[in-house]
Amino acid sequence: MENDHFDTEIIKTKNVNFYYGAFKALTDITMNFEKRNVTALIGPSGCGKSTLLRLLNRMNDLIAGARVEGEVLFEGMNIYDPEVDPVEVRRRIGMVFQKPNPFPKSIFNNITYGPRLTGTANKSDLEALAEQSLKQAVLWDEVKDILGRSAMTLSGGQQQRLCIARALAMKPDILLMDEPTSALDPISTAKIEELIDELKKTYTIIIVTHNMQQAARISDKTGFFYIGKLIEYNATEKIFTNPDVKQTEDYITGRFG
Amino acid sequence: MTRHQKEIIIKNVFFVFSLISIFILGLIVVFLFREGIPLFREVSLRDFIFGMEWYPTYSPPSYGIWPLIVGSLIVTIFSSLIAVPLGVLSAVYISEIAPPAMKEVLKAIIELLAGLPSVVLGFFGMVIIAPWLQETFDLPTGLNIVNASVILAIMAVPTISSISEDALYAVPNEFKEASYALGATKFETIARIIIPAALSGISTAIILGMARAIGETMVVLMVAGGAAAIPESIFDSVRPMPASIAAEMGEAPFRSGHYHALFATGIVLFLMTLAFNLIADYISQKFKEVGSATL
Ligand SMILES: Nc1ncnc2c1ncn2[C@@H]1O[C@H](COP(=O)(O)OP(=O)(O)OP(=O)(O)O)[C@@H](O)[C@H]1O
Ligand SMILES: [Mg+2]
Repeated sequence: MENDHFDTEIIKTKNVNFYYGAFKALTDITMNFEKRNVTALIGPSGCGKSTLLRLLNRMNDLIAGARVEGEVLFEGMNIYDPEVDPVEVRRRIGMVFQKPNPFPKSIFNNITYGPRLTGTANKSDLEALAEQSLKQAVLWDEVKDILGRSAMTLSGGQQQRLCIARALAMKPDILLMDEPTSALDPISTAKIEELIDELKKTYTIIIVTHNMQQAARISDKTGFFYIGKLIEYNATEKIFTNPDVKQTEDYITGRFG
Repeated sequence: MTRHQKEIIIKNVFFVFSLISIFILGLIVVFLFREGIPLFREVSLRDFIFGMEWYPTYSPPSYGIWPLIVGSLIVTIFSSLIAVPLGVLSAVYISEIAPPAMKEVLKAIIELLAGLPSVVLGFFGMVIIAPWLQETFDLPTGLNIVNASVILAIMAVPTISSISEDALYAVPNEFKEASYALGATKFETIARIIIPAALSGISTAIILGMARAIGETMVVLMVAGGAAAIPESIFDSVRPMPASIAAEMGEAPFRSGHYHALFATGIVLFLMTLAFNLIADYISQKFKEVGSATL
């Protein structure tokens, strides 16, 4: 499944090892994530899915003692090159967390937080951007009249869509999502899944999920991890119907994990 | 004894102890007012608060404490001008920026500062700062507003710093992560997310630091100079309320006008610190930010 055409390639890891201090959390991960695709990362708790995700936009930099070996090539450039500014990386590779984490600010200020950092100050530009991002995240109709209200007053599902809108307002190339629906009810989950389906027309999405049906429903490719290793990486359909590795099958059918 | 009975007993023990402390506090307040109020048989409240002359031992005496109130406010304000930036910035530095070893060192220094007896700080003001001020600025005395403000600031910094630091630590990590993930730098995250989220705690810290300065006695007694007049420059001496009370109480005849006037001054001071504390409470209640996302 290696695909080296430039127009489908956006980010890939090359022989990546990751350490939390002395603990090796990822071993030799080589993975190519395709453009405008949804890639799901699955595997039992503690196998390193979040670690891999956070490694792709250098969020792990914030953890004292964390260390990366190998290369992460984003449009051909190694984001761990000493010359690369992690801030720049994070502006282009957005992230949505497991637990909705809006700022204790108004809905409008949540959305415009990122763009303002990059220098968008014009009020009408910000308003247009807020509307566009909220529409993309299918939240606009619910909040268009209460943009000045605290984001903390929204429901969990709304907060998560707000966080997605907030990430989209940066117009990133890649959207990383770490179990974005694990804290949500089935209706909000369905909404976010629909949203992901829509977003993949424009964005490259990498999503961690514990929900096998979800991975099967929304992703094009799936990577299965076990204790820091990438066990199998294949088209989702193949993984869920006829995986190459026995371990993958055992996990998917619930025999372990 | 059942667990339920145990719980009732424990609850009652706590209740009784808190009652006792409230009762003692109540007694002190009653005493303060009982000894202070009789002054107003001699002077009106207005002449007392806004009177410009504090000559309690003259005959006839004059019990105007406006210069003392101004003295207290001025050293409090000036010390805050020094202590607030120092305290808040050191808290930000300690909680967000300093490497771990530096953090420990700074925290130890601030704790040490908090533990210094005020009389020692007063000595420092008298022996080091006063002569320096006197020589450098060619003043008649180095015991003045500047000196008192500097020493009071040194006393207020630990209060402001440690309470602000707690407030900064309490900012959920999720907010910081969200900010970094949106491409914010460390300083943008501190300025736009962490400090705003900790603002109510920081305000409380500032107000409690000011309350500490306004109520402080030993320092102002030793280094403020003691002149009961409205100051015209920051190098003038002042006589803040606590200094006046401490200096004169020993000489005021029991239940004389002077004695009552000092207690009445105590009431004013008490009401001011009470106000500071109520404001601090109000701010921390009102602006208490809803923690992390609720589901
Ligand atoms: N900050 C950290 N410091 C030290 N070890 C960590 C840290 N974060 C994660 N780990 C360890 O690294 C391993 C991988 O963690 P990671 O969070 O990536 O797992 P995960 O696959 O996302 O699990 P889950 O499905 O439970 O979220 C685990 O063994 C975990 O204990
Ligand atoms: Mg995880």
